[in-house]
Amino acid sequence: MALYDTRRRRNRIAVGLAIGATLFGLAWLVLILAVLLWNGVSGLSLAVFTQMTPPPGSAGGLLNPIAGSLAMTVTAVLIGTPLGILAGTYMAEYGRYDRLSAVVRFINDILLSAPSIVVGLFVYEIVVAQVGHFSGWAGAVALAVIVVPVVVRTTEDMLILVPDTLREAAASIGLPRSLMIRKVAYRAARAGMITGVLLAVARISGETAPLLFTALNNQFWSLDMNAPVASLPVVIFQFALSPYKDWQALAWTGALIITLAVLALSISARALSAQRKTS
Amino acid sequence: MSSSRRRIVADVALQGGAVSVAEEVDRAKVLDRLRLGDTTFRWLTRLAAIAVLIILGGIIVSLVHGSWPALRTFGFSFLVTETWNPVTEKFGAVAPIYGTLVTSAIAMLIAVPVGLFIAIFLTELCPMWLRRPIGIAIELLAGIPSIIYGIWGLFVFAPFLQQYVQPFLIDLFGPVPVLSPLFEGPPYGIGIFTAGLILAIMVLPFVTSISRDVFDAVPPVLKEAAYGLGCTTWEVARYVVLPYTRVGVIGGVMLGLGRALGETMAVTFVIGNAHRVSASLLAPGTTISATIANEFTEAVGDLYTSSLIALGLILFVITFIVLAAARLMLMRLNARIGS
Repeated sequence: MALYDTRRRRNRIAVGLAIGATLFGLAWLVLILAVLLWNGVSGLSLAVFTQMTPPPGSAGGLLNPIAGSLAMTVTAVLIGTPLGILAGTYMAEYGRYDRLSAVVRFINDILLSAPSIVVGLFVYEIVVAQVGHFSGWAGAVALAVIVVPVVVRTTEDMLILVPDTLREAAASIGLPRSLMIRKVAYRAARAGMITGVLLAVARISGETAPLLFTALNNQFWSLDMNAPVASLPVVIFQFALSPYKDWQALAWTGALIITLAVLALSISARALSAQRKTS
Repeated sequence: MSSSRRRIVADVALQGGAVSVAEEVDRAKVLDRLRLGDTTFRWLTRLAAIAVLIILGGIIVSLVHGSWPALRTFGFSFLVTETWNPVTEKFGAVAPIYGTLVTSAIAMLIAVPVGLFIAIFLTELCPMWLRRPIGIAIELLAGIPSIIYGIWGLFVFAPFLQQYVQPFLIDLFGPVPVLSPLFEGPPYGIGIFTAGLILAIMVLPFVTSISRDVFDAVPPVLKEAAYGLGCTTWEVARYVVLPYTRVGVIGGVMLGLGRALGETMAVTFVIGNAHRVSASLLAPGTTISATIANEFTEAVGDLYTSSLIALGLILFVITFIVLAAARLMLMRLNARIGS
């Protein structure tokens, strides 16, 4: 009976630890969101979306960094998505078992978790150092480098899930392979591929490190992608570390905006993939 | 001849794709066009796949090129020198490397057991209706951008640690012979220890979600057999689920480690940016990524910039080795299970 008691006691401890660990994990989420709401909501007003970043000591908003972030994110997605989808297509459709795909898969997995600050250094070297000045284009390229591996991975995964019978059916009615991929395989995998793009957008909209020395920052309204462009994460970084109270308040508001945007993106991505599973 | 070649192309499958239905087209020309389209598309995708390799190659080449002046000046001593002095232009990478490794070690020490227990809870204990919401909540933790962790860590978490946790640790470990140097000195709030804790929270969802996914993949028959023998939940998790899923769990842990090593913004806020190696975990320090983020735009002089890029190269090499090792290990273990 002693053995039985020991086993039961061990089990009770383990179950307790498991429940404790889960509560511990959830507590951080609640804590972080609560603090964000507490500090960010008070600053949330129309002025945030209509005014420029202020000099210390006066009122202002976050219009230029919001616009800059949007411009660079859109450009990055426009560059990175086609490249990622094409590469993923090669790996799933043309060379599923060949050597090139195996190597690209391996390298892509490494790029997927590569430190984003290194991507910043890379783009600094190939764009900023060559052109001679910081620019929005450089920032967009840095973000695009982060988009590519995410899209490659989801595209490949989703295309592999498409049943081969669909491909065979398409081939049997004489459809050329490229059309089969574009008209049949892409259509079947569409929801998953859109999910991948949404996840990529969610990932880059909070990225700060690669923008620090590519797009730099800009105190004024500018959509000139050939000049330094402000972005929300970099402005948050700068304002949060500043000694001015009103800058810190704006940083909290910016942090709240980014978090809400990112959470909305990842929830809609999840809803989309859940829809695919049920249909 | 022309009558045999001229046909109306009306394949339904081609509607809107290559030709319009009503059009009367030369079949051979259409086939040529399709063949050209096929070849072009195939090569486009192939080029895109090669572009992924070029990106990695470009990162390595540009980092080596950028760090060359520093590596040539300092040579191997860059890796073993602690000095970091922009005024005299003497640079060494020991302090950032030490900080990176120690903060990641603290993070993994906490995140791996907690993540595994959460995964056990989600797969073995949690009532069905709660599984999805809790799983989603943990994954949202992974979606929060690192700068948010940073601002939260600086304004909320670090002051909390400074006031309550660190004085307690200093008192607790003060009389313990071996561990006391680890928890010495004034409670700054910011420092290696704080950065490690924040990294732990950030890595936790990665370890959890991968472990949960692989735990879910265990065939129910195995678990049912163990339960049928009278095993407790813990015994099933420890002796059936964990051994079966070791491969995936290691993958998840390595992925988390890769992320912890390269994490920049959250660490930059709370590490304190001090270029020294202190025995105490509570002291401010720096990591590779935090050093680059803090100093790169302000670096004057080629040697300073180049030294920072050299740090980036070191970071990339370390993460590359960790991630590649994880991949190769997984492949080998997979092969063993397959045979």
